[in-house]
Amino acid sequence: MMTPDRIEFPTCPVTSFQHDRVMLAHGEGGRLMRKLLRERIAPAISCGNAAISTGIIENDAASFTVNDGDMAITTDSYVVSPLFFPGGDIGSLAVFGTINDLAVSGADPLWLTLGLILEEGLPFELLDRILLSIGTAAKRCGVSIVSGDTKVVPKGVLDKIFINTTGIGRVRDIGSLGSHRLHEGDAILVSGPIGHHGIAVLAAREQLGLNPAPRSDCAPLHESCRCLHNALGRDLHAMRDATRGGVSAVLHEWSEASSHTMKLRESLVPIAPNIRGACELLGLDPLYVANEGTFVAAVSRPAVTRAIEVLQNLDVSRHATIIGEVTKKQSAPVIVERLLGIWQPLDEPSGAPLPRIC
Amino acid sequence: MKFVDEFREPELALRLVAQIRETATRRWVLMDVCGGQTHSLLRYGIEVALEDCVELIHGPGCPVCVTSCESIDFALQLAMQPHVIVASFGDMLRVPGSRESLLDVRARGGRVQMVYSPMDAVELARNHPDCQVVFFAVGFETTAPATALAALHAEQLGLDNFSMLVTHVRVLPAMEALLLSPVNRVQAFLAAGHVCAVTGFAEYDVLVDRFRVPVVVTGFEPIDLLQGILGAVQQLEAGGHCVSNCYARSVSREGNINAQKTVETVYEVADRDWRGFGSIRNGGLILRDRFERFDSEKRFATNQMNPISVVNTCLSSEVLSGQIKPPQCPYFGNACTPDSPLGAPMVSSEGACAAYFRYQWLQSK
Repeated sequence: MMTPDRIEFPTCPVTSFQHDRVMLAHGEGGRLMRKLLRERIAPAISCGNAAISTGIIENDAASFTVNDGDMAITTDSYVVSPLFFPGGDIGSLAVFGTINDLAVSGADPLWLTLGLILEEGLPFELLDRILLSIGTAAKRCGVSIVSGDTKVVPKGVLDKIFINTTGIGRVRDIGSLGSHRLHEGDAILVSGPIGHHGIAVLAAREQLGLNPAPRSDCAPLHESCRCLHNALGRDLHAMRDATRGGVSAVLHEWSEASSHTMKLRESLVPIAPNIRGACELLGLDPLYVANEGTFVAAVSRPAVTRAIEVLQNLDVSRHATIIGEVTKKQSAPVIVERLLGIWQPLDEPSGAPLPRIC
Repeated sequence: MKFVDEFREPELALRLVAQIRETATRRWVLMDVCGGQTHSLLRYGIEVALEDCVELIHGPGCPVCVTSCESIDFALQLAMQPHVIVASFGDMLRVPGSRESLLDVRARGGRVQMVYSPMDAVELARNHPDCQVVFFAVGFETTAPATALAALHAEQLGLDNFSMLVTHVRVLPAMEALLLSPVNRVQAFLAAGHVCAVTGFAEYDVLVDRFRVPVVVTGFEPIDLLQGILGAVQQLEAGGHCVSNCYARSVSREGNINAQKTVETVYEVADRDWRGFGSIRNGGLILRDRFERFDSEKRFATNQMNPISVVNTCLSSEVLSGQIKPPQCPYFGNACTPDSPLGAPMVSSEGACAAYFRYQWLQSK
């Protein structure tokens, strides 16, 4: 029934400009897309003082001048569920993750690109929170987001949002890093307690009800890596952030690439009691669990004390410690000293470790 | 960490190893019947440390390993049906049926959801009223109380889109079957601590008297295991046979009465096919008539498939009954690896083959 003060007009199937969520039209190159870029994405992620012309709205590409020296480039895609978890979210992860890949490669991060793939129907409230987190994370690291791309896919094609970031950084000219520089006798360090990110995300996704909820270690490592590199110079041989596959994956890759065996002592590996408890409960080995703000470094033996000192001076790596050493090739790529002093191979799992039944 | 570190104390462990060596005058054959114990024995190097005085063989203690091929195939078939979600513990996902695993059918479009608790499967059914949720109720007496609670909860909620594919197995009848086997070598059992936490250990008295075999209720940490082994060796050396409890911090003689009552309400004892063993009398649990409507096998009875005949070369029955150790299998480490397993014990996180592959094989290569 129509009342005089509420006249119902025939509805028109044209997209409204006042939607509270992402529509397919936001990815179709028209006015809505420009509006999304201008009003939501650009303000949230701009650093304000980018010294180069950006490719966010006006241009198809960012352009910049490269002076003498080497540059590093890396790319990574982020598909985490849930999007928000204690200690971080997909936005901060997408910035720190890529910055960390540059950082452990011996490069100072400068610029990022940002690719967003959005699911139709994603609430703007959620998108805004993620964009704010991306902007804040980039500012914290002093990097500019200089180019980007946005796509919208029909509902159900993906889970809310996927992000890709590409990072460009300047390589420090104080000695190359990498598995080719690993030497017998090198000490292996970790920058902090392991397993936080994987357990935090698992606990949040599966609503495990752990109290207090474990927090991800999601954090930028560029400062720690730079200080360590500057302090040690050529005594720093290799660094890797221990993301998917955890510390085990890093050591297996180093072993394969360098033809050495990585030896660690289980008793030296730092693990917070709550993470250890969760791992014991679920039957997971923390050495396989992902980190997002922790790296592994190999340093020449005489530089160990200095390395630990430098790392412990910085908040993000204040619990840095030695966990093992690089040795000559043995039958297994990675071996670990267990209780009773028995050395055992550290297996590489086929895929993600699955929790046991009882 | 409390309740962990004190049971992994290296000095105490080494003292116990020395004490076991002093006590044993011959090499005794002990069997554990829990996959968790198998993995701990290998992970902490206990098996190697005691090699000269105790032979540790590993029984059918991995619940997914003994789950029949037919049950897995049935779950796989259900997962491929429209509007059906199969919910399962993570450990079951990689275990192959006659041809493929739950992860394989998921990759082909089947709906398979990993859950951490049977209650999560009930929640899944509540949140997906348009789907039938089938929970793969696998496990020993340890998990049966939790799956029984799920059935009770589903009944309370009046859910008509939740059912359970029940393949629960009971440890004691399997131990009995092992002792009755003409090729039995077991001289003493390390009884599974967590099973006993539910069932208690009074029911082992009959087994001990009948077969004159020592049974020691044993935990999972290195110190627990060493104390259990010491207890068994002491009984064997003294010529005794009784049930002793080396896991008193978790296990009492009568067990967890509430858990037993819950199981009793929902399930009844029945014969069960064990993978690698065949039918074991009273070897499993099935839903009581009251819970018939939650029985996936009855709900999807028309979908029952014909058994797939596949020539299976896997020697899991010899491994699960302790006749051979995994490395003695001709396929171990070559035709059969965790990446391409011939049978469940190589892929389950509690499987004996997986334990040997993980903790010993790589080293011996």
